Amino acid sequence: MKGPSTFNRVSVVAGLAFLYLPILLLVIYSFNASRLVTVWGGFSTKWYGALLRDQQLLDAIGVTLRVGLISATLATVLGVLAAVALVRSGRFKGRLLFSGMIFAPLVMPEVVLGLSLLLLFVAFGLPRGFWTVTVSHATVTLCYATVVIQARLVSFDKALEEAARDLGCTPVQAFFAVTLPNIAPAVAAAWMLAFTLSLDDLVIASFTSGPGATTLPMRIYSQVRLGVSPEINAVSTLLIGLVATGVIGVYLVQQRRARVADLGAA
Amino acid sequence: MTTTRRPRLNIGAVRSSFAPWTDPALEPLVRFEGVTKRFGAETAVNDVSLSIYESEFFALLGPSGCGKTTLMRLLAGFETPDAGRITLAGQDLAGMPPHQRPVNMMFQSYALFPHLSVEQNIAFGLKQQGMPKGQIADRVVEMLELVRLGGLARRKPHQLSGGQRQRVALARAIAPNPKMLLLDEPLAALDKKLREETQFELIALQQRLGMTFLIVTHDQEEAMVTADRIAVMREGQIVQIGRPAEVYETPNSRYVADFIGDVNLFEGAVTAADGKVVKMATADCPAGFEALEDDAVSVGSTAWLGVRPEKIQLHLDPPKEGPNRLAGKVADYGYLGDWTTYVVELESGRTVRAARANASRLVARPIACDDAVWLTFAPDAAVVLTR
Repeated sequence: MKGPSTFNRVSVVAGLAFLYLPILLLVIYSFNASRLVTVWGGFSTKWYGALLRDQQLLDAIGVTLRVGLISATLATVLGVLAAVALVRSGRFKGRLLFSGMIFAPLVMPEVVLGLSLLLLFVAFGLPRGFWTVTVSHATVTLCYATVVIQARLVSFDKALEEAARDLGCTPVQAFFAVTLPNIAPAVAAAWMLAFTLSLDDLVIASFTSGPGATTLPMRIYSQVRLGVSPEINAVSTLLIGLVATGVIGVYLVQQRRARVADLGAA
Repeated sequence: MTTTRRPRLNIGAVRSSFAPWTDPALEPLVRFEGVTKRFGAETAVNDVSLSIYESEFFALLGPSGCGKTTLMRLLAGFETPDAGRITLAGQDLAGMPPHQRPVNMMFQSYALFPHLSVEQNIAFGLKQQGMPKGQIADRVVEMLELVRLGGLARRKPHQLSGGQRQRVALARAIAPNPKMLLLDEPLAALDKKLREETQFELIALQQRLGMTFLIVTHDQEEAMVTADRIAVMREGQIVQIGRPAEVYETPNSRYVADFIGDVNLFEGAVTAADGKVVKMATADCPAGFEALEDDAVSVGSTAWLGVRPEKIQLHLDPPKEGPNRLAGKVADYGYLGDWTTYVVELESGRTVRAARANASRLVARPIACDDAVWLTFAPDAAVVLTR
């Protein structure tokens, strides 16, 4: 086999560099001993230490993790329900409208979503804070979760559910005994996807958050406006690590799912 | 469905004393009464009435889309009839959901639960019944032995071969001891050799358990080998019910004659019918056709004579003139090993299929294409069809 041409090699390297060089620089400078962001002053992990003593930043991390956990769980539960309704209920009235409305937020500008959510909370007189961010994240990530779960349900053999019902299960029992264990990898993937999306969201959070509920991306953004500190580099590196872990986790779970599905179909 | 026939000889080559459907005092296990099921504008099952008896092995046979699977799903409870009623052991099944019906189904795709092991699959229905743990374990072992899967209890479905999966599906459906077992194309996914073996295993299993089996199939051989009775279906209706030999040897219509096995159909006008023998005029034979009169036919009407290829004799020398004698030349042949099928072109241009068993390995006068041949058949080898 002939390898890729020189042109292809160059374009791949250039493309990857364009994507990852800034991130690589950020990671490298997070280990910079110097306080000046652009001057290399030797290797050090002191900014990671400083990070642990920065209570504001730690609070922001705490808020982000709690928002992510709760909103991802909420989005996944609702996503399962929506996917089941879309795939299993056949042609109910308004099905097309329902599916269209589930998927619309995928392409809606985030700014518009954030603004409309803000207007909603204001209209209802809800004080903005932790719960408004959480609910907003659940709303936005719900459609991603639904897409992932729906894709799995479509290829799920309906005869399995019928077999369970034939063997004495009510429809609800059949769902929990047979359907859910078999779509579990997709449900897990949907959860991780929702969690990752919630983790790095800035736009929606900026609109819907309030005092005492500053998420990590919001904290980083506001600090950067006052000047980039190496501490921000350190926390960004940690964030990159967390998101990468989530994405790789989703990939691995999907791989496993595909393998099991192949064997099941063979 | 079957009209009274005049018995002369027995129909078919085998004799069976099991015939509960002939006993008018016996209550059937399952009764379909005028059952209709529509999907939109499509009528899948059209006014079907059918009785299936305890311990019977009953087959629903028909081409795809004839409504046979829908009929089975109506019994399992996955579909609701638009008209008519279904009773099981005297109980009306209307409004009863699938999980409460004392029937179990073996699915065409087997529908084994991929996340459960073989033994967990088999135990599934027993758990739902609320059977104590110890009894479940015993029953699972019993089922595994029944289908000869002893060593595979802890395997997952994806670690099994097609034949093994088929047996797990069978064991899972039998384990809760249903009043009736429904089998939807149970052997369709197996290769030919395994399918033939499994047919006989199914019969042995059914007789050992004494359970009522209802099988849905499009494979006539599968239905003929396994079933006590066959219902031939067409476009949502049952066109004939009978023992395999009855359906094959005395089909009641051209559709059944053609669907089950191979048949040569000759159209002709009835010239005489005396209650014993029917005479028909035909362009293919100057002396006409003669056949036994099973059902009364009226003189002057148009009828069809059905003759199976294996019931036609092939001659290399001209036999004496008379009825049921056709002359032509070999246009084509198919050597199947056990049988050879000859396609004979008559002078009129139409073709007739004749089959010959290859009873010996060496033949003095082999037949080639374009050889002149003569075909004859006995009056009791042909059946007169009026529709």
